[in-house]
Amino acid sequence: MTQTVSRQTHGWALPVLTLLAVVLLVFVVSLAVSIGEISIPIETTVKAVSNRLFGTTFELSRIHQGIVWDYRLSRALVAASSGAALALCGVILQALLRNPLAEPYVLGISAGASTGAVAVMILGFGYGVLTLSTGAFIGAVIAFLLVGLLAAGAGGSGERIILCGVAGSQLFNALTSYIVTTSANAEQARGVMFWLLGSMSGVRWPDVWLAAPIAIVGVVISMFYARALDAFIFGTDAAATLGIAVRRVQIVLLGVTALMTATMVSIVGSVGFVGLVIPHAARFIVGPKHDRLLPTAALAGAIFMVAADIVSRIIIPQQILPIGVVTALFGAPAFAVILYRARRTA
Amino acid sequence: MSIHVDTVSFAAGNTLIVDGVSVAAEKGKVLGLLGPNGSGKSSLLKLICRLRKVQSGVIRLGDDDIASIPRAALARRIALVEQQATTETQVTVMDVVRLGRTPHRGPLSSWSTGDDSAVAEALSRVGMHDRAGQLWHTLSGGERQRVHIARALAQTPSELLLDEPTNHLDIQHQLDILGLVSRLDVTSIVALHDLNLAAMFCDRLVVLQKGRVIAAGIPEEVLTADLIAEVFGVRACVEKSAVHGRCNIQYMASGA
Repeated sequence: MTQTVSRQTHGWALPVLTLLAVVLLVFVVSLAVSIGEISIPIETTVKAVSNRLFGTTFELSRIHQGIVWDYRLSRALVAASSGAALALCGVILQALLRNPLAEPYVLGISAGASTGAVAVMILGFGYGVLTLSTGAFIGAVIAFLLVGLLAAGAGGSGERIILCGVAGSQLFNALTSYIVTTSANAEQARGVMFWLLGSMSGVRWPDVWLAAPIAIVGVVISMFYARALDAFIFGTDAAATLGIAVRRVQIVLLGVTALMTATMVSIVGSVGFVGLVIPHAARFIVGPKHDRLLPTAALAGAIFMVAADIVSRIIIPQQILPIGVVTALFGAPAFAVILYRARRTA
Repeated sequence: MSIHVDTVSFAAGNTLIVDGVSVAAEKGKVLGLLGPNGSGKSSLLKLICRLRKVQSGVIRLGDDDIASIPRAALARRIALVEQQATTETQVTVMDVVRLGRTPHRGPLSSWSTGDDSAVAEALSRVGMHDRAGQLWHTLSGGERQRVHIARALAQTPSELLLDEPTNHLDIQHQLDILGLVSRLDVTSIVALHDLNLAAMFCDRLVVLQKGRVIAAGIPEEVLTADLIAEVFGVRACVEKSAVHGRCNIQYMASGA
C-alpha cells in the first residue's frame, strides 16, 4: 500500500525513471554493438556512429565501421523496436480483454503471422506481390479474427479468450508444420524453424525503417488512448458510461496491435513472452495507469529484447541461439510467477 | 422532467426484454424500479445510459433524445453504478474515483484543480476520503459499492442510475447507501429488490413485470397487497409504519 501511495505523490519519480530507462536503453544498445565475435570498444562504436550520422572523419578500419553500422546497430535497433512493440501489444490486449494473460503470442496472433509468412516463403502465395511481411500481416489479421470469433462464440470473457487463443495457436502451428513438412526442402525447413523461434541474423537497415516507425506509431496511438484504456478496467459497459467510444477504441487499438505484431513477427520471427512479462514488470514499477504504463513498458521491452539478443549471441561460444529461446527461458518462469500471484490475489 | 422514457422496447435475440415501457423521472427525485428477476430493470437502466440501443420509442434527457447526444456529453450528465463491477488490476480507491473525471477531460488535457475537488467531494460524500490510498481488492463489498458511487459522483452527473446497489450488503450499508442517494441533489433511478427499502427511500416507484410497466406512482399507491401478490407471487400485509410513516410490508410464509 505504501508503494501505491508513493507512486502517486512523488512527481519527480517518473521523469527520473524515464531518463534512467532511456540511458539504460542507450547503454544496452552500445553494449549490443560492442559485443560479438569481434569485440569492438564502445569508443570505436561512438566514432563509427558519429561518422555516419554527423559526417565526422574519425579514422576507423572499414571492417569495424561496417560491423558497427551495417550489422550490429541495425540489429540492435530492430531488437529495441520489436521489444517495445510487443510489450505495448501486451499492455493494450491485457487492458482491452481484461485478462492478465493476454498477449499476441498467447492469443495465437504470432502463430497466425508465422503461418502467413511461411505460406509466402515456402508455398510462394502471391509470389511477387506479397512479401514476407504482408504474408505475416495477413496471417496475423486472420488469426486475430478467428480467435475473436471463437471468443465471441464462447461467451467472450475471462479465461475463455485465452483458451480460444490456445486453440488458435495450435491450429496455426499445425498449419505451419504441415506446410513446412510437406513443401519445404531440408534447407528451407531449417531456415524456417530458426526463423520461427526468432532470429535477428538477417536484419539490416531496411528492417529498421519498417520496425522503428511502426513501434513509434504504436506508442503515439496507444498514448492517445491511454485514458480510454484506463476506463476499461471495470469492463466495456463501464468504459462506455465514462464516455468512451468503446467500439472505435477497440477497433483502432486491436488494429494497431495486429499491425505491430505482424510487422515484428515478420522481421524477427515469433518471439514469445515479451508481451506477457514486460507489461507486468512495468505495472509493478509504475502502477496500472496507462499514461505511465505504456511508455514504461515500451522502454522496458526495448531494453529486454536488446539484452536478450546479446545473451543469445554470447551464451554459447561460436553459435547464435534463436532469440525466442532466450525470451522463453526468462519468460516461462515469469509466466508461472504471474499465474501464482493471480491465484493469490483472486 | 429530467429523464423521460417514452414507449421504449428492446429485444435480445427474439425475446422482448423491455416492452413498450414509459417512465418519467422527476428532477432531483428518487425513482425506484421494482420487479422480479428478469423483469427488465437492468435492461431499462442500460437503455437509459445508451449501453444498449432502443428498438422503438425514444428516451429523452431534458429535451434531447439521448440517441443524438455524443457519448462523452452523455457521460457528463448520466452516471451508472453497475451491479458488482470488479477488477483484478491492482488499483487504489483514488484511481477508481478519478476515472469518474474521464468524460470531462480531453485525451491530452492535464488534471485540473476542478478535477481534484470533484474527486475529493465525491470521496467525502461516501465517507471514503481517508481510504483513498487503499487497494481495491482489500475492500469489502459495501466499501466497493461506495467507491463505485463515489466514481459516479465524480462524474458530477445530473442523473444517477443505480442497478441494485444494495445487493450483498449488510443492512447497515444498505441503509447508508440508499440514505446517501436520497440526500443527493441529483435525479436518481434505482433498481431495487427490497420493497421496504424502496418504500422508505424512493419518491416514486415503477413496477415492471415481463418487460411491461404494471404500476407506477408514489409508494403508498403502488405497494398494495394485491400488486405484491400479482407481481411477486407472495402474500403480504401492508401497513403504515409507525417509525418512518412510509408503508411497511410484512410477508406471509406460503403455508400460512
